[in-house]
Amino acid sequence: MRGDAKSMTVLRPRSAAEAVKSYAKVPTAMPLAGGTDLMVGWNLGVLNGRSILDLSRVAEWKKINVVSDGIDIGSLVTHSEIQKHPVIRKRFPLLVAACGTVGAAQIQNRGTIGGNIANASPAGDTFPALAVYEATVRVLGQSGRRGVPISEIFAGVKKTTLKPGELIEAVFLPFTDTAPTRGVFRKVGTRAAQAISKTMFAGLLFNGKGGVLAEARLAFGSLAPTVRRLYAAESFLKGRKLDDKTINAAAELMTTDVSPIDDIRSTREYRLVVSRNLLIAFLKGEVK
Amino acid sequence: MIKLTVNGKKKSFGGAPFKRLIDTLREDFALTGTKEGCGEGECGACTVLLDGEPVNSCLIPVCQAEGCKVETVESLGTPEKLSKLQAGFLACGGAQCGICTPGMLMTAQAHIRTKGKCDDKSIRTALSGNLCRCTGYQDIVKSVLKAAKGR
Ligand SMILES: Cc1cc2nc3c(=O)[nH]c(=O)nc-3n(C[C@H](O)[C@H](O)[C@H](O)COP(=O)(O)OP(=O)(O)OC[C@H]3O[C@@H](n4cnc5c(N)ncnc54)[C@H](O)[C@@H]3O)c2cc1C
Ligand code: FES
Ligand code: FES
Repeated sequence: MRGDAKSMTVLRPRSAAEAVKSYAKVPTAMPLAGGTDLMVGWNLGVLNGRSILDLSRVAEWKKINVVSDGIDIGSLVTHSEIQKHPVIRKRFPLLVAACGTVGAAQIQNRGTIGGNIANASPAGDTFPALAVYEATVRVLGQSGRRGVPISEIFAGVKKTTLKPGELIEAVFLPFTDTAPTRGVFRKVGTRAAQAISKTMFAGLLFNGKGGVLAEARLAFGSLAPTVRRLYAAESFLKGRKLDDKTINAAAELMTTDVSPIDDIRSTREYRLVVSRNLLIAFLKGEVK
Repeated sequence: MIKLTVNGKKKSFGGAPFKRLIDTLREDFALTGTKEGCGEGECGACTVLLDGEPVNSCLIPVCQAEGCKVETVESLGTPEKLSKLQAGFLACGGAQCGICTPGMLMTAQAHIRTKGKCDDKSIRTALSGNLCRCTGYQDIVKSVLKAAKGR
């Protein structure tokens, strides 16, 4: 079956307030941002007869606002726009790198950061970067606003903790107190473009006094139903010198926080070996 | 009524707002140069420019193109007077069966229009969302390079 345009009802709110109101009236409506996920399903005919809440006219959510303690990226900001923004480029380069690996140009020009999060794929490219930058997803519903830490927004494969009637309005990234000493994003897939990842890593290191680590923030995508911070390895590394023994011990702790599976893209074994090597290379300063 | 500009001409569309842009272009505006390959955003055959940026027209409901400028392959040259890019494809054998060509041309058009550098590497990155089943990639890149040199 194919998508049948005549069977669809399209709601086209012009503001955030209107969007939330329309959604409350038609709770079965599917929100639509850039359509790079939703339209794939629609083309296959699985959404026929549904109502669509097209958010693309909500101008407030297309903005990037730099504020004193961080940067607020509207949910409708595209992967291309993120890559072009001078402040995001300077302060959050891992997010810029991640947005540059989503599909190819055509997908990056339409796909939005809000759509990426709401879609909640285990392989969502922006998630490891958002996790190490400790982003907050800003959500708007009938009963008001709330902020959800990135670590609490995903409930499982393709599932978020958004409540009925809630929409993502923005993602807030706080500036870090000091600039990280090292930062890396790496996506491992079948080919460079248009490929879903087998594993994905984002890491930030902050050096402290006396040659020890003040803080490590490490996150993997595609190794669990949702993005995972390596909390065990992170707390082990804190206050230690990065010698080979420490690095290997930290890598051993990886499986406390991740549990990759076999699927059509890769095996558990492959994912673990590659991810472990990636983590070790990062901690040794061998990947830039 | 949905109003948009297609290849410099003002158009309006009164049909179903969720009709895909590709279908509206082909069926309602009789612009059949834009081709459908996969219908799922993977192949780039359906690429058109939306406000100057390459997008997959199979993933866009026409209501989202309201007020936008759409450019299709028909906006390039004519058989009598090819555009530089089309001439490049002809000279270097950038088209084999031709099904990917309209999408390749539009993505490449957006790339050579930007003032930035246009070399082998940047062309390959720009075109990475356009698949060629005839695997004519080397000659496609050569074609774009030739056109870029004549910029
Ligand atoms: C060929 C191809 C390659 C791709 N490659 C990648 C890749 O490499 N990495 C990757 O991470 N993704 C990839 N994707 C998936 C997709 O492009 C991204 O997830 C994109 O960011 C989705 O954003 P969108 O605006 O297009 O979402 P849409 O399709 O508009 O929406 C996606 C989902 O989110 C919901 N939604 C959207 N906006 C909101 C909001 N503001 N509030 C609440 N719910 C909302 C929708 O209801 C829908 O369920 C790919 C897709 C295609 C077709
Ligand atoms: S037909 Fe649109 S990307 Fe393949
Ligand atoms: S020329 Fe045949 S698909 Fe590219």
